[in-house]
Amino acid sequence: MAVTEASKRFAQHEELITGTEAVAQALRLADVDVMAGYPIRPYDSVMSAVAKMIANGQMDADFIIAESEHSQFEIVKHASATGARVFVGSSGVGWMYAMEAIVVTAALRLPVVALVGNRALDDPGAFGVEHNDALAVRDAGWLLYWVAEGQEALDTTFLAYRVAEDARVSLPCALSMDGAFLTHSQHLVMVPEKDLVEAFLPPYDLKKRRFHPDNPISIAPQYNEDWVMETRKQSDAAMRRARGVIAEAYEELRRLTGRGDPNPFVETYRIEDADYVLIGMGTVAMPIKVAVDQMRERGKRVGFLRIKWFRPFPDEELRHFLHGRKGVGVVDRDYSYGSTRHGGAVYNEVRSALYDLADRPPVIGFIAGLGGREVSVEDVFRIQEQLERSAAGDLLAESAHWIGVRGPVE
Amino acid sequence: MAITEARPAGRPDLAPIRTIRDVPVEEFYTSGHRTCQGCHSALLMKYLAKAAGPRTVTIGATGCMYVANTSYYATPWVIPWMHTQLGATGAAVIGAAAGYAVQQRKGKLPEEPINVIGIAGDGGGADMGLSAISAALQHTQYNALIILYDNESYANTDIQASGSTPWGAVTAFTPSGTVRRITQDRWKKNTPAMLVAGHPEARYIGSASAAFGVDVMNKIRTALRVGGPTYLHVHDACPKGWDFDPRYSRELGQLAVECGVVPLWEVVEGELRYNGITRQIVEGRRKRKPVREYLMRQGRFAHFTEDDIEYFQSKVDEMWEKWILPGFLPVAALPEGLPRPGRKLAAPADGAVDEGAAGEGAGEAAP
Ligand SMILES: Cc1ncc(C[n+]2csc(CCOP(=O)(O)OP(=O)(O)O)c2C)c(N)n1
Ligand code: SF4
Repeated sequence: MAVTEASKRFAQHEELITGTEAVAQALRLADVDVMAGYPIRPYDSVMSAVAKMIANGQMDADFIIAESEHSQFEIVKHASATGARVFVGSSGVGWMYAMEAIVVTAALRLPVVALVGNRALDDPGAFGVEHNDALAVRDAGWLLYWVAEGQEALDTTFLAYRVAEDARVSLPCALSMDGAFLTHSQHLVMVPEKDLVEAFLPPYDLKKRRFHPDNPISIAPQYNEDWVMETRKQSDAAMRRARGVIAEAYEELRRLTGRGDPNPFVETYRIEDADYVLIGMGTVAMPIKVAVDQMRERGKRVGFLRIKWFRPFPDEELRHFLHGRKGVGVVDRDYSYGSTRHGGAVYNEVRSALYDLADRPPVIGFIAGLGGREVSVEDVFRIQEQLERSAAGDLLAESAHWIGVRGPVE
Repeated sequence: MAITEARPAGRPDLAPIRTIRDVPVEEFYTSGHRTCQGCHSALLMKYLAKAAGPRTVTIGATGCMYVANTSYYATPWVIPWMHTQLGATGAAVIGAAAGYAVQQRKGKLPEEPINVIGIAGDGGGADMGLSAISAALQHTQYNALIILYDNESYANTDIQASGSTPWGAVTAFTPSGTVRRITQDRWKKNTPAMLVAGHPEARYIGSASAAFGVDVMNKIRTALRVGGPTYLHVHDACPKGWDFDPRYSRELGQLAVECGVVPLWEVVEGELRYNGITRQIVEGRRKRKPVREYLMRQGRFAHFTEDDIEYFQSKVDEMWEKWILPGFLPVAALPEGLPRPGRKLAAPADGAVDEGAAGEGAGEAAP
């Protein structure tokens, strides 16, 4: 990634670190106050990294070892209510175990930042990446971002605090990262010094909502039917405002670091003249980009669009970039049993976003890489072939295409 | 760094309450709740707010003390109150206490002791929230008090049996039927003693009853004063769940202690003290009343036969006569050669009034 003039105003140095270590570096720089941890792979390496930094005196924060994910998320929820900047995270079934605390954190509009190291939901014992864990909060009022590489992991952590804590937003934010492929693989990452973070991230201030003896308020009393609809609508308004706040914050982060692609919500790759566009979230970007390059060499006009923010969903961007294409193929690393055309969650969102277009493209769903199975460049070729055939006429295809499933499974 | 700090800092200066005149007149839990008449859990809320004073925040788990207490626009809490999930009281208080501790250390908040008090029912606290309470008692660098209000059922969801419901009691999940008279066939778990046994570093764990207000308030103050994560288990009469006329709440709460069903004690920095009537019983200065007097005043035991009463009595007798530490340690004998601990007991805390020792105790009105 090019380092421009702007970034030279802020001291940065390069390190070879994993995705979770990149997040840990950001937490140190963001002066996080309270963190809670409970072991589950692959998210947990971020906690090991911060624990080491605290032990070495590089970071002044309290790391509370919880006895369960449910407690972990309640610990940070209440610490956040006192005005502390907090961090937490989990993976797979651990994230689901915390779900009760996760949903109320959003309802209370507390800007908790969490890492989801994506992992398949047991059973059968599956430790590899699948996106169903983090997608479980898609309807819960969390901002939800899918990271694709190490530098983005670090930068987006700052972005997450800045947006979540903005008074116009005040919603929790989950950063999703593909287990192993990103959490545990090493990347060259520019780590900024404190001055950059101070310029970008104002101190967290809950103002009148701080839970403190000076401020005798009751938080989360019983509303029931009297006020719940209004509360829900307020959360929705905050989620809508988040779009503007994200764009603003993203622009400033780009100015300060001198890096990051121009669009805060989606990354586009060779789509200007593309007839067909593949869509995915997270590290599937890597094989898709390689395949796109190779297909382009063979004269195929194919491009790639990576969804970064899943909540708020980038429907404006999708409409802008996808109208009039010959075909759109959505690669889901998740599955939604019994859903529309038996597709994944992203597929359903994308189709819905494009529905209002007069010149809407056919949208075809693909299920790939479940449970951590690798998505290879050849898999992407296969996806593209199917996409072309389906888009050309087989539009009544009842279901998404599963890529790379062995043997008879029905 | 707090992570290595062994002893809690910044503990409040809360003097013991010696006579009724020492009780603060200010109310920090006032009108605006809609708990049942005679609800002793609500009375406990009033006591804890009085005892802890204005530099306090409270965190309440789901249950009657949430649902019946904090209707929007009508909260009775003058001090801050925040909801936590049914099983999360332990985690919630540690999170809040850590929030204050770190921000004070970093200069983001002025330094002062803040009382963080978590409130859990027996359903939330002794069942699903037990692991979080246990974990909280291990985080010794934080100051927080967890109060379990034990009305002996999941009262708010319409009285279902919890691990803290007495043997034989009728609840929504444990009815008395024509074929099975007793369906609550579990003996009440001894949550506070279990927490003492498992958490040697906790500096205060106690058992109390809302029928003895001064004792409760002193226990709350002692716990906050000694600091660290602490725990108080309070037995509360619940007219709806126990099925009796609300006017008898205090009488029933007191009978539970007099019959020896609920023992009052506290372990302060490793020292066990029995309190009030319990202490008199332990020292042989007072005879336990028959449990029948307590049981037969409540509709939830109305189906009991003589045999049931006898069984209940025998279990309570066992607790007093066989256990090495009555009401506390369910061990009848020590291994050969080990001396049995003496019955010499510590004096009551800080010279506080040994309430109940005088007989009937000071009268308290239900809220
Ligand atoms: C996770 C979860 N499960 C179940 C409930 C339903 N629920 C609400 S209040 C309550 C009763 C709690 O009982 P207890 O903790 O004893 O408090 P009490 O109602 O007696 O005051 C239950 C089970 C809930 N709120 N959350
Ligand atoms: S049901 Fe019991 S605990 Fe609940 S408000 Fe009524 S008396 Fe109090």
